[in-house]
Amino acid sequence: MSLRRYVLKRLLITIPLLLGVTLATFAMVHFIPGDPIDFITLFTELDPETKQQIRARYGLDDPIYVQYLDWLANAARGDFGTSITTRQPVTQEIAERLPFTLLMGSMAFVIAIVTAIPAGIAAAYHRNTKVDQVSRVAALLGIAIPNFWLGLILILVFASWLEVFPVLPPTGEGLLSSEMIVYTLLPALAIGTGSTALLMRLMRSSMVEELDKDYVTMARAKGLPERTVVGKHVLRNSLISVVTVAAIQVAFIISGSVVVEIVFSYPGLGRLLVNRVRNHDFPVIQALVLIIGVAVIFANLLADVLYAYLDPRIRY
Amino acid sequence: MAMLEVEDLNVRFYTEDGVVKATNDLSYRVEAGERFGVVGESGAGKSVTSLAVMGLVDDPGVIESGEIRFKGEDLLELDDEEMRRLRGNEIAMIFQDAETALNPAYTVGEQISEAIRHHLAPGEAAAEERSIEMLESVGIPDPATRYSNYPHEFSGGMQQRAVIAMALSCDPDLIIADEPTTALDVTIEAQILTLLEDIAEEFDTAIQLITHDLGVVAEFCDRMMVMYAGHPVEMAPVEDVYYDPQHPYTVGLMSSIPRIGDDRDRLDTIPGRMPDLIEMPPGCNFHPRCPYAEEVCTRREPPLVDTDTGEPADVTDHDSQVAACLAHTGELTGRLDYEVTVRDDTHSRPVGSTGDGSPSE
Repeated sequence: MSLRRYVLKRLLITIPLLLGVTLATFAMVHFIPGDPIDFITLFTELDPETKQQIRARYGLDDPIYVQYLDWLANAARGDFGTSITTRQPVTQEIAERLPFTLLMGSMAFVIAIVTAIPAGIAAAYHRNTKVDQVSRVAALLGIAIPNFWLGLILILVFASWLEVFPVLPPTGEGLLSSEMIVYTLLPALAIGTGSTALLMRLMRSSMVEELDKDYVTMARAKGLPERTVVGKHVLRNSLISVVTVAAIQVAFIISGSVVVEIVFSYPGLGRLLVNRVRNHDFPVIQALVLIIGVAVIFANLLADVLYAYLDPRIRY
Repeated sequence: MAMLEVEDLNVRFYTEDGVVKATNDLSYRVEAGERFGVVGESGAGKSVTSLAVMGLVDDPGVIESGEIRFKGEDLLELDDEEMRRLRGNEIAMIFQDAETALNPAYTVGEQISEAIRHHLAPGEAAAEERSIEMLESVGIPDPATRYSNYPHEFSGGMQQRAVIAMALSCDPDLIIADEPTTALDVTIEAQILTLLEDIAEEFDTAIQLITHDLGVVAEFCDRMMVMYAGHPVEMAPVEDVYYDPQHPYTVGLMSSIPRIGDDRDRLDTIPGRMPDLIEMPPGCNFHPRCPYAEEVCTRREPPLVDTDTGEPADVTDHDSQVAACLAHTGELTGRLDYEVTVRDDTHSRPVGSTGDGSPSE
């Protein structure tokens, strides 16, 4: 099967998966204990009739499947309703914060990839030497340290003591302004460290395994220089298992952003989510959970495609 | 001057358990266009020898001493860069298991082309063209299509052909074939051997064939060396070894081969196992397994001698038969009294021989 057909097939499988995610999202939010009406009316005592009217206005009196289908139909058009807390369209609220989270997440991911892969290669190639031992200890620390704690330490050291980074996010600056990017560096580091450590170890072990294979001796026997043997032959095969895990890291980075954004007062989706969960702002929660779910699905899709590209044996 | 001259080669592996003596004062010659077989059990040092010639002995292995001269040039004196220029270009290697020797992530064509591009630098298109010619010359049908196939789309025999194409791609003068047919079934084995034979003749390529299969050697090689525990124990033209083996180990190897029409209930095996290469038995390494061993064998390491004269072996004399057994230095009281039976297709006739080289028909 050609790569194109494989990608197409893989895309088709995504459709029912997406539907499943919407259903799960919707159901999950409706299982949150507490009556949303109370949060809409800020716990004022109301007569049942007024309550009923509010219920009707938010469509909360319809049967649950009608509510779901309505929500799904609107969501498909990009309309996630109105926030209970701010009375703003949910789509607008998310659109304002999404770029910030995207910036932080992609910086975290890039940091993880560009440090983990070369460091993993170095550790594997110089296995059982000082380089390997240092990287092993660093990885252990990176995995063991919780990201929110790392965030606090980073603020303490770099923002408070050394004063090389601002403590609070810059206000009124554009997303891609240098101030914003500099500010994002610390939270991105806090989120990305765990993934870096994990991917580095994985890269190392995957590479060590590949380095022992016959095709490596064969490549050397052809007289190819070491950089071709490692950079071409070994690298591609070692990346196969790393790619899958890297894609799963996207999910970890998103979930990590929730806590880290709070620590850094970062104006992204994670902080929005935490605030709105407190207020039972179900339209916003639903939209955010859906976005996270979709992001994970597409990260996995990308991983599968990359996997198939790297390993020609995978074309089912 | 022979094409390949290996002189007193000692390869050691420094492991946690001790020093593994993989080859011990190994010397042999391979002439241009010659087909030289290296035979022995697993662990006899066959593969290490070939890796040493390729300059691919890897940690914790070390070439401790000796010389490996290729066309008169000592390979051990070359730096990495110079060695890489020879590898895959003038000296090529065929691996035992083609399936694992091919990189699953690249097309077969690319894996042939890259060596051509690297050594001959003819440009992308010309390299591809030559690769396709190579695939064709090793008998792969529809080579232009096969060029862009991945290894997993090839059958086992085809993979081995592709690996041979790879070895041939830069017109090497010496091919080291490490058990090239072991992973294949017998019909494919015969095809591959015929292919190698044709190639060796057509391009006048020398082949050092490493195998544990005496049948393959008989069919394919001009001369052979039998190795035991890192030592050469017998070296001679193939026919001499087969009709008149001069070392008890060679005899043991040959009597352990099953033959059609064999009326033995059990195959003869050589009792015991190859010694631990870290702590080798003193004297002759083979004496614990040797039916003719005497007290002197446990003390004195037998030198490699000409079995006709008892003089120290001259590895440059390709017609001589040499063996490392005290029987040939006159230090044994007994004789190597075994019989060699030669079978033809139709009948068998014992030619008989005793170890001192005098046929007693």
